[in-house]
Amino acid sequence: MRIAVAVFPGTNCEHDIVHALHLAGADADLVWHRETDLSGADGIVLPGGFAHGDYLRTGAIARFSPIMATVERLAGTGTPVIGVCNGFQILCEAGLLPGALVANRDLKFVCKPIHMRVESTDSVLTRAATVGQVIEIPLNSYEGNYVATDIDAIEDAGDVILRYSDRSGLVSDAANPNGSMNSIAGITNARRNVAGLMPHPERASEELLGSADGMVLIESFVASTEAMLV
Amino acid sequence: MSQKFRVTITRKAGLSDPEGSTTHKALTDLGYDEVTAVSFGRIITLTIDADDPAEARDRLDAMCTKLLANPVMERYEIEALT
Repeated sequence: MRIAVAVFPGTNCEHDIVHALHLAGADADLVWHRETDLSGADGIVLPGGFAHGDYLRTGAIARFSPIMATVERLAGTGTPVIGVCNGFQILCEAGLLPGALVANRDLKFVCKPIHMRVESTDSVLTRAATVGQVIEIPLNSYEGNYVATDIDAIEDAGDVILRYSDRSGLVSDAANPNGSMNSIAGITNARRNVAGLMPHPERASEELLGSADGMVLIESFVASTEAMLV
Repeated sequence: MSQKFRVTITRKAGLSDPEGSTTHKALTDLGYDEVTAVSFGRIITLTIDADDPAEARDRLDAMCTKLLANPVMERYEIEALT
């Protein structure tokens, strides 16, 4: 089983996610954004960073990088795809996930460990977790404020998989680090094979980093990819 | 023949506009209580080779939908400049 980790000009979290994927027992290859052949990939990760300098809007230029046509096609056939931080922004720009990410509520770059509560295990990012589980992992973004015009439809569809909370799992305005609508930290698509989140699970992949809480998400993705191969 | 256009992109009403609300707060703090709303956007000017201005505008409209604006959260307005 192989995971393709897309690298755009300005991506900077690719080695971290490859390390975390290795810890979860998966092989992973870095793939440059100009590549259009992903025939050896069973799953795809769009990692964090500042693809194309975040010019125009975060993810707006990256969404038209050559690799994305293939990512869109494979996502359409059920291949597991996840986006972390900037990767999440790219998936939203590409229309593979609903909504968009805008500047944080207080115009502050938020860089700190946050807590989030698992809302649904029906996604490639959360299938190994349990509903209500609280995960502590780092958030590191300026445009992490989730917005959507059809927020009620997104909620009703059960697309919300992760919500910012306090350490006890209580969701509140005070525990919302960036002003995201309904404290949304992560969502999935209707088919449940594409998912994205703003916080960085790969930065909480072993105790040496202060927390291994992110591994349940990485392991979910690896297990989802394995399940597709059966 | 070339035609110059200005595209003004703004956040859809109802979606959070942190730059706008923060600037609004600062204006209120400065005593400008008469300000009731502040919203931010971006302006892009383009020079387009075109024999037919109407066709140029149609193509620019497509550029806006595809790349320049994000229809999920933004609206845009196109003006021809002389």
